[in-house]
Amino acid sequence: MNILRKTTWSPYTAGVLAGILLVLSVFVMGKYFGASTTFVRVAGFVEQSVAPEKVAGMAYFIKEKVIIDWQFVFVFGVLFGSLASAWLSKEKMAVAVPPMWEARFGPSRVRRWMAAFLGGTVLMFGARLADGCPSGHGLSGLAQIAISGYVSLICFFLAGIILARILYGGGNNHE
Amino acid sequence: MNELLIGAITGILFGFIMQKAQVIRYDKQMAALRLQDMTIVKFMLTTILVAMVGIYLLFDLGLIKLSLKPLILGGNVLGGLIFGIGWGILGYCPATAMGALGEGRYDSAFGLMGMILGAGLYAEAYPLMKETVLTWGDFGKITIPLALGINHWIVIVILGALFIALFRWFEKKGL
Repeated sequence: MNILRKTTWSPYTAGVLAGILLVLSVFVMGKYFGASTTFVRVAGFVEQSVAPEKVAGMAYFIKEKVIIDWQFVFVFGVLFGSLASAWLSKEKMAVAVPPMWEARFGPSRVRRWMAAFLGGTVLMFGARLADGCPSGHGLSGLAQIAISGYVSLICFFLAGIILARILYGGGNNHE
Repeated sequence: MNELLIGAITGILFGFIMQKAQVIRYDKQMAALRLQDMTIVKFMLTTILVAMVGIYLLFDLGLIKLSLKPLILGGNVLGGLIFGIGWGILGYCPATAMGALGEGRYDSAFGLMGMILGAGLYAEAYPLMKETVLTWGDFGKITIPLALGINHWIVIVILGALFIALFRWFEKKGL
């Protein structure tokens, strides 16, 4: 199976396959792709281990339910699928700092990790307020032609493009 | 149990496909936000196009249900913009951060930890958001064809043509 060992598939080919996968998932299981609710559940599990009564009384955890469900295993499945793909194509593993980041902000791991943590925190607060991420609003929302999907995805990209411009400046300076 | 098993398989396949398309890389996501390389946009829009046709075909046959997220302008716009700011810093979205960890880009682990914190913070803020932001501009579960009062296939054909025109433009510009 040489195709599975290839490093890169065209984004169009991959997109067709992911689209078929989404349709099959909806047809077989009635499940649309999404990811960000799982992080609420993980946060719920973490907090439950310290303060179970508090979690039991919080409206958002009651609404989203702190359980292991379809989406929870789906999100963790993504990790293993990516691992299998990278392993089959024998790619360089263990990259601490992304090359584009390093070219702009230097090789400091701590700086990158702190930024990643901060970015992750902000991003997830926004995703929960928007009620979805690029999977739930982007793929599943747009596939259903939901207006909430279009509005959210446009806002994701709009703010992301502005942030990228602030961090990297204008122009097309590669590397 | 069956539901969890199928969820895991779906996630593994999705992660495999995204790794092959290289869309889970910081450099690819930031290159899209810097308007230099539209790989992730090509992947997303192709997935959406295929899924849109498949989902509405099965919907017309009465074989599946839609699962629409409501359009709440306060949440979608404000949350979407906050997400975009965090995304511009982290360079991974929730599902791709899991995939990035799978292919050994372990800076994403810090992003994932930040996401758990962000979800926990949102759970704290939820009662306030529910009274305020999430009441602003609530239009319910609405799609573009429902809002326009036209058949969904007209919208699908127009969107499909727009996506394909965009792909041709990207290829012409070498994006």
